[in-house]
Amino acid sequence: MLHIEDLQVKLGDKEILKHIDLEINPGETHILFGPNGSGKTSLLMTIMGYPQYKVTGGKIFFKGEDITHMPVNERAKMGIGMSYQRPPTIHGVRTRQMVEICAKNKVDPEALAAELNCSEFLERDINAGFSGGEIKRSELLQLTAQDSDLLLFDEPESGVDLENIVLIGNTISHLLQRDFKIDPEKTQKERLKERTKMGLIITHTGFILDYLTADKGQVLYNGVLVCASNPREIFRTISKVGYEECIRCAI
Amino acid sequence: MRNLDEKALTAKEKKAKLGPDVDISSYGSETVSHDYVENLVSLSESDKARMILAGVDAHEKERSGTFIQKDTAVIHSRSKQEGLEVMSIKEALEKYDWLEEYYWNLVSVETDKYTSLAQLDLQNGYFIRSLPGSKVTNPVQSCLYLAKENLSQNVHNIIIAEEDSELHIITGCATSEHLQRALHVGISEFYVKKNAKLSFTMIHNWSEQVMVRPRSVGRVEEGGLFLNNYICMKPVKSLQMYPTTHLVGKGAVSRFYSLLVGSPGGEIDVGGRVLLEAEETRAEIVSRAITNGGKIIARGDLIGEIPGIKAHLECRGLILNGGNIHAIPELQGNIDGVEMSHEAAVGKIAQEEILYLMSRGLSEDEATSTIVRGFLSVDIPGLPPGLKAEIDRAVEQSDKEVM
Repeated sequence: MLHIEDLQVKLGDKEILKHIDLEINPGETHILFGPNGSGKTSLLMTIMGYPQYKVTGGKIFFKGEDITHMPVNERAKMGIGMSYQRPPTIHGVRTRQMVEICAKNKVDPEALAAELNCSEFLERDINAGFSGGEIKRSELLQLTAQDSDLLLFDEPESGVDLENIVLIGNTISHLLQRDFKIDPEKTQKERLKERTKMGLIITHTGFILDYLTADKGQVLYNGVLVCASNPREIFRTISKVGYEECIRCAI
Repeated sequence: MRNLDEKALTAKEKKAKLGPDVDISSYGSETVSHDYVENLVSLSESDKARMILAGVDAHEKERSGTFIQKDTAVIHSRSKQEGLEVMSIKEALEKYDWLEEYYWNLVSVETDKYTSLAQLDLQNGYFIRSLPGSKVTNPVQSCLYLAKENLSQNVHNIIIAEEDSELHIITGCATSEHLQRALHVGISEFYVKKNAKLSFTMIHNWSEQVMVRPRSVGRVEEGGLFLNNYICMKPVKSLQMYPTTHLVGKGAVSRFYSLLVGSPGGEIDVGGRVLLEAEETRAEIVSRAITNGGKIIARGDLIGEIPGIKAHLECRGLILNGGNIHAIPELQGNIDGVEMSHEAAVGKIAQEEILYLMSRGLSEDEATSTIVRGFLSVDIPGLPPGLKAEIDRAVEQSDKEVM
């Protein structure tokens, strides 16, 4: 479980997250909404442990352990993984190598890449000249190989063409153990009980909600979590009247 | 030959344009004899280990020939393949009268005091030639090995890829484990004839107090390809070279790739120059430099003389641990219709890249070394897989020391 308590974060001199309380229980997926610059990416980066996001107050617990000041790689080892919106290009490091690093050589990169429509850039330098869609697929490829327990997605559907949006939606759904399947051995209720993966997904378009069920929606506004409610309900409100209503709620 | 001596004498005191001046008189150049070695496996373990680092396979597996000179003595020289000649330059000059036409033809003996030294006090060097039409796909290995303390090793090499032939050479220069101070002067002249392909991969393993002054020039005829790879990742006191290639025939191509690692107290000044003198010629110069506290000057110079030529220069530097990198890319287009470009970047490893890898589970050190290895792994088109593997191994080796 992820448990965030009164988290305050500064980036440079600017206070960007203010008194955040958030709890994601095993098996839960939350959708994070918010206008540009509200601090959504900052929240994900802080959970991942990026040092430029300085925690000035509050705590982050994961699986019962205080990870507030834990380095990025140790968080990764504990089971936190992230799909980036704009990951860096690393020349000379191939996508295949990234998959091997993520999976600690436990998966066959080729087979996995074929599943996720990534075969054509497996031998290319990671993110070098990738299209928007290729970046997202490559991020999902790495996350799948990493097999994390808490998955952070920063706008996984932005820049993805229609052809691949289904693939991306279904892959995320699968990663979060949310794909729909009738299992002769288990009832839906039993399957639900066994769901352990946690997700926190930033979305602008809400398209992702067409492919994925989610338990909760959160609205981040100006560094403050102002609302926690049904994600579809939040999305409908934002689609109709924008974030105006969220401000009204916050006041 | 006497004429050459006269010319050489005029340049005896002539300082080189680049690089710190070397006091040649402080080095000895006496003959250091070593026994000829029939079987390379019988070399001492420590010599073998040093040579392996420079790409020499003692079992000569997947090698078409071998030339090894230790100090001033040629200790092994043979060709395993028909259509390939491997011998010492002195032997070759005796055997072939026509070789005089090639000797000091591309490199001018009056260039500086080092070329002068290589003429007046020549010890030996190699002659490697692929005969017309022969495809020597396994590389020839050569090694110029320095073991004698305070020696000035002066060599002259001539490489000829005759018409329609293919030749790959991996050449290492190395020093014995305990050697401290020495000077290496090497003249190399490369002739790539019509439609021939030559790849020349040089791996240098010097030691902290060694001065190195190679002087090399290549000439590529119509349809020819000259791939020149240079790798120097071990400490060296001072290395200065500026190999030059003339593309003189239609469609000739030259690529020069260099991987350099600078160590504290060392100074590396390496460039590449290509003159595009015929139609449809292409040139590419790519350099990757990393410093751990040493000084590196990475030069590149492309000169376009004919419309329609294409040339690109790429120079990237990474400062890991102090030191400095000075990238000097130059382009000279001397006529309408040339297409030339360069990109240069000097910087540090981006924190963002390290964190990205850390978020995939690598420690900070592992992430750094993965990025460094990636930085040094340039794809060199046209290189046989075996040579690619040798380069990867050199990178892998240095990686441990860089960290």
